[in-house]
Amino acid sequence: MLAFLNHVINGISLGSVYAIIALGYTMVYGIAKMLNFAHGDVIMVGAYICFFAVASYGLHPILGVLLAMLVCTILGMVIERLAYKPLRQAPSLAVLITAIGMSYFLQNSAQLMWGTNQKMFPAIFGKTPFSFGGITISVTTVVTIIACVVIMLALTWFTGNTKMGKAMRACSEDKAAAQLMGINVNTTISITFAIGSALAAVAGVLLCSAYPNLVPTTGSMPGIKAFTAAVFGGIGSIPGALLGGVLLGVIEIMAKAYISTQLSDAIVFAVLIIVLLVKPTGLLGKKIREKV
Amino acid sequence: MSKVNQNYPKPKLVPVPSTNIIPDRDIGQRPILECRHLGIDFGGLSAVADFNMAIGRTEIAGLIGPNGAGKTTVFNLLTKVYQPTRGTILLDGHDTHDMDTAHVNRAGIARTFQNIRLFEKMSVLDNVLVGLHNEMNNGMFSSVLRLPRHWIQEKRARQKALELLSIFDMQDMADHQAGSLPYGAQRRLEIVRALATNPKLLLLDEPAAGMNPSETAELMENIRKIRDTFQIAIMLIEHDMNLVMGVCEGICVLNFGKIIAKGTPEDIQGNPAVIEAYLGKKKED
Amino acid sequence: MKKLRMSKATGINFLTYALVIIAFVVLQVMGNQGMLSSTLKGQLVPICAYVVMALSLNLTVGILGELSLGHAGFMSVGAFAGAVANVALSVSVPDTGLRLALSMIIAAIFAAIAGVLIGIPVLRLNGDYLAIVTLAFGEIIKSIINNTYIGMDVDGLHASFVQNTLKLEAGGRMILNGPMGIPGIQKTSTFVAGFVLVMVALVIIFNLVGSRSGRAIMALRDNRIAAESVGINVTKYKMMAFVTSAALAGAAGALFAQGQNTIVASKFDFNTSILILVFVVLGGLGRMWGSIIAAAALTVLPEMLREFADYRMLVYAIVLILVMLITNNPAIKNFFESTMGRIKSGKKAKGGAEA
Repeated sequence: MLAFLNHVINGISLGSVYAIIALGYTMVYGIAKMLNFAHGDVIMVGAYICFFAVASYGLHPILGVLLAMLVCTILGMVIERLAYKPLRQAPSLAVLITAIGMSYFLQNSAQLMWGTNQKMFPAIFGKTPFSFGGITISVTTVVTIIACVVIMLALTWFTGNTKMGKAMRACSEDKAAAQLMGINVNTTISITFAIGSALAAVAGVLLCSAYPNLVPTTGSMPGIKAFTAAVFGGIGSIPGALLGGVLLGVIEIMAKAYISTQLSDAIVFAVLIIVLLVKPTGLLGKKIREKV
Repeated sequence: MSKVNQNYPKPKLVPVPSTNIIPDRDIGQRPILECRHLGIDFGGLSAVADFNMAIGRTEIAGLIGPNGAGKTTVFNLLTKVYQPTRGTILLDGHDTHDMDTAHVNRAGIARTFQNIRLFEKMSVLDNVLVGLHNEMNNGMFSSVLRLPRHWIQEKRARQKALELLSIFDMQDMADHQAGSLPYGAQRRLEIVRALATNPKLLLLDEPAAGMNPSETAELMENIRKIRDTFQIAIMLIEHDMNLVMGVCEGICVLNFGKIIAKGTPEDIQGNPAVIEAYLGKKKED
Repeated sequence: MKKLRMSKATGINFLTYALVIIAFVVLQVMGNQGMLSSTLKGQLVPICAYVVMALSLNLTVGILGELSLGHAGFMSVGAFAGAVANVALSVSVPDTGLRLALSMIIAAIFAAIAGVLIGIPVLRLNGDYLAIVTLAFGEIIKSIINNTYIGMDVDGLHASFVQNTLKLEAGGRMILNGPMGIPGIQKTSTFVAGFVLVMVALVIIFNLVGSRSGRAIMALRDNRIAAESVGINVTKYKMMAFVTSAALAGAAGALFAQGQNTIVASKFDFNTSILILVFVVLGGLGRMWGSIIAAAALTVLPEMLREFADYRMLVYAIVLILVMLITNNPAIKNFFESTMGRIKSGKKAKGGAEA
């Protein structure tokens, strides 16, 4: 029973990281209608920045995280401006390929700059775990879950109550109409990328605190899984990203613990497929009736 | 993909409330289409309710009404793009409740769309050949191996397609890409494609939209010509009253999803309810 | 007069066949004259395999119009089925050419079965959802093969899953060893076999596209609702394109595997699927000759970039982004279209004058 509880908590923690990454995917998808495959690699960049700030320059971890967020925010906006903005009218496949190119670019740049050797991410949240009644929870786990909840609440408030948040929702519904209402669509998309990338940096730091092996391809698989989580929950929906991320994390840890480590990924993807077959637009996705 | 609606009621044979608009020559024969208490709700809102109508085998019928009255929804119900919430559709006496869109077409209803839906990247000829799909029966195997069966059927279909295109004098455009045609030609091609499926009932959704008066006049001629040549029923949605009054034998007026009047063009023109809902507005300008 | 004239599509098809045949003859002659470097010679079979992969994916993406991100999964099924068949048949079919052909057919059948199993759920979805599910299936196939153990002894083939529980008779051997893959494959694939497979794939795709079935598939791509309204069975034709595409990918996988010493399941991952998608998009959707050139060029390109050593993948990424930005730049696009239009109308004017 205790082991089970431990697995649940670990699952929620991993799921929280997926959820934070998935939020970035879902926001960008909702507004730009594109699968930003480079998102996973922004995570990796964020983790490297924090790593160097803390391990090489001895900065305080909080400063390291803030620096990583700043760099990733700028990186995300630059990527959007240079690679995606010129393709706003292009077919979605062209944008997809560009995003893939960008993903390769980031991975290979990281490889050239920082080498392929594995870096051991420092334990920035301390090493002494909490323990009560036989359950031990690492500080990272607690921080991750809290961060995820805070980010969720902040984003929900932001999209619901601020002018920019409302602009984002308007753009994701109908860009042309939003523009006619005086919303600057380009700025809105740019801000969306900025927020998504800042979240990616946070996710990178949290991911590497839990799984400290940092390599240039660190972001790929979590990126794909988080994307799966976003689809799972209903892409474009913020609560959906949270739900999808957490469920995915729990399923993955449970599959590892009780079924088979090697097959855990297959199980995660199989669950996704089943969910999509039952609810073709994800758990919380909206059903759209095609106008004939 | 259209799935059979589980809540769909068992077809009940109730007399059609009014079949009075069938032309005399079709009386005594089974109507090509009967709708009985047809209705659909969108999220609690009733878009079409208690729609009762019969169309004679060679009738040209009109479905008119103000914008948003539910006319296209009726077409979508008839072709099973939407699943009816209530009611029965009898196509040539057969209940269509377990058919999907493709099945309905094979059973005899072909249609055009308000917002043109051509196979834009394919040639004009190929568009018509897709319409002839169920007139052919060679499978993938004979095509990939280019067996004689493939060539015989292709040749026959091509001839048929060119003949159909010649109804609208479009045989010279056969090689053009469908998406690159002028608007009027695209509308005509849609009609040809629908005709290629060998329907018993042709549904035209605003066939004259975007056409100038001379094109519209030509279209009227062609609608009659199609009916005479193929001996089929035609139902059309149209806002151009000259066309509707000129070509339709029976007219059904829809407002807020309900039929407010049925009858011959003369009946409709003099009907106060229609004038209030629809033509009244027209007279003001 | 009109009936004798070749349609535009037929003309392009013949030029594509000619392109492949000429490329084959030239490379064959160069190879015999010793004019090809050994690396390029070693690349010939993989190039053919990737060309067929690109052609088959183009059938799904360009002709059917559905985005698949798991095409490497079918290649993987074919590669492993083909390699296992190769080993299993090594005694009963000693002729390597015949054995290769048989193994490719077996591979195509297995991949087609995978295509049916995956197609049933996948093809009910639309757009990006379909894409993500194909991605998921690609990963699932990889996981499954990574956990499959196949051995052979006098009693025939034995298989186990997740754990290697095989107890083979004396003289038996392991063929597929889970994550270790299949080592020591006898190389039976040749450039000639690759050429034949490319030609077969082209014949199947062109003949399918130019037929009743192909038109139904393209009609679904252009407008699903309109296609349904003219009586096209959506599931049947989506399935036809998807399964044909899977079968061809399976045959390509068998060709590829039997040109390698060792194959492992992780070779056929998401990145491979993406690589093939890049060939298709760069070559042009629905444009088969484009897929051939893109697949061949981009398989050779990283080899050519060897002198850039560490930078080659970076250069590849930059080339990819730039090509997308340039080909989709409205100004450049308009320029090309107007130039092409002028050339075409010039031709027409000439033709008119002659007539």
